[in-house]
Amino acid sequence: MTSVIELRGAALAYGGRRLWSGLDLDVRAGEFLVVLGANGTGKSSLLRVLLGLRKLSAGSVRVGGGPPRRGGGDVGYVPQRLETSPLTPLRARDLVRFGLDGHRFGPRRAGRAVRRRVDAALADVGAAAYADRPVGLLSSGERQRVRVAQALVADPAVLLCDEPLSSLDPGSQATVVGLLDRRRRAAGTAVVLVTHEIEPVLGVADRFLCLSGGRFSAGTADEMLTSAVLSELYGADVEVVRDGGRVAVLGLPRADR
Amino acid sequence: MTALAQSADVWGRVLSFDHYGELLVLVRNSLIAGAVLGLVGGLVGTFVLMRDLAFAVHGISELSFAGAAAALLLGANVVGGSVAGALTAAAVIGTMGVAARDRNSLIGVLMPFGLGLGVLFLALYPGRSANKFGLLTGQIVAIDTPRLSWLTGISVFVLVCLAVVWRPLAFASVDPDVAAARGVPVRALSAVFMLVLGLAVAASVQIVGALLVLALICTPAAAALRVTASPVLAPILSVVFAVVSVLGGILLALGAAVPISPYVTTLSFVIYLVCRLIGARRA
Repeated sequence: MTSVIELRGAALAYGGRRLWSGLDLDVRAGEFLVVLGANGTGKSSLLRVLLGLRKLSAGSVRVGGGPPRRGGGDVGYVPQRLETSPLTPLRARDLVRFGLDGHRFGPRRAGRAVRRRVDAALADVGAAAYADRPVGLLSSGERQRVRVAQALVADPAVLLCDEPLSSLDPGSQATVVGLLDRRRRAAGTAVVLVTHEIEPVLGVADRFLCLSGGRFSAGTADEMLTSAVLSELYGADVEVVRDGGRVAVLGLPRADR
Repeated sequence: MTALAQSADVWGRVLSFDHYGELLVLVRNSLIAGAVLGLVGGLVGTFVLMRDLAFAVHGISELSFAGAAAALLLGANVVGGSVAGALTAAAVIGTMGVAARDRNSLIGVLMPFGLGLGVLFLALYPGRSANKFGLLTGQIVAIDTPRLSWLTGISVFVLVCLAVVWRPLAFASVDPDVAAARGVPVRALSAVFMLVLGLAVAASVQIVGALLVLALICTPAAAALRVTASPVLAPILSVVFAVVSVLGGILLALGAAVPISPYVTTLSFVIYLVCRLIGARRA
């Protein structure tokens, strides 16, 4: 399997302060990687490096076979939920279309091909019913679905998600994770998802990357989701209970909710 | 009886259509300028609302007023002074007030200072008082041909800028994080928009006056967004509302003895009310 993300000896410093270092990571096409870590540990900065918005202070990074380019088409991005005024003059389909040509300057008309791709992306995430509804009138869950469609409409090789589940209800969280899972299985899109919500990704994530104290550790759910690892990660008394195929994480600090 | 006569007299001052044909010729320039500014104000206004900059528009217009008053006092070009003031304010607000909370307090500090400076310059200005009042509350006969050329030039520049940045600016306005990730130069676009906004405000001050620029740059767009969420229809409606307000205001104010601004503001406010009612029924 080819790696769509390759990090070698990667380190990131910010204003003289070292955020993290010594990261070696390969993410394969179609893999679902979940990144865990407390606030301020540098999870979002890792995504910014992969987006080409920040430079590593040491080491090397490749995304889709080359160095990450700002605005490169191989990477889709879904951040935390979108706050918009109810008066925003955009419909769901307009937001999705930004994923295709929102970064292009100059006037341009939407051709038939663009409209078809936008419709297909909306249908893929089950948002066809509200394609023409104003963005400001969508619920948070609906809006996040539309943003997944926006990130996927350009057919990226990698999808980076920065806490896309925060402040969504459990049903919407499961829906969003389900959409990502279906996509990576169907199209081989690698998914890197930063989250504090572990439960929605249990059973879906292939691997977990845990970040604490500037060091990374990575492994499967069985290796990483243990009481010892998570307690250290969050600096709290976390307990992981396994019962047959089901996993429950108890005692997670809930400040982020 | 006298009360009745008095009230008729007041109405005669507010609405009068004597010698209308002859007057119409005199305001030809103003009508052209009004149509152009309606176009600019309607388009810029949609972004002002998307970016939550209504208060900034007001702050910029007060500094634009100060610049114009200074130019009047020094015998310099009034449009030039107005542009200089507006761009200074836009630059300060754009660079220092990135977060909305910082921005509003910054504008609250700048605005009275600008207004105070303007009042000082006007008080020192020895010329006709009509010129002074006009900068604050608008004027229709003051648009001579050189000034019209200035306004048209500024407006064309603004329209060209908007045509180039429209889509990425809309993207950056509604979802700056994703736009940045997609390679949209979010900060640079923000600076470009402040420049465009400063120019649009400075041009609008010439017609509706500094106190009422919002009636041209905010109200029509706010009305349009009440009745549509289409990214194509919203700016078109906003422009139609702005042009109708300005031209209607000029035509109504023509024979009257009061400034143009109450007509423009009333028209645009009524349009807004109607759109709100329609929007409320729609939702």
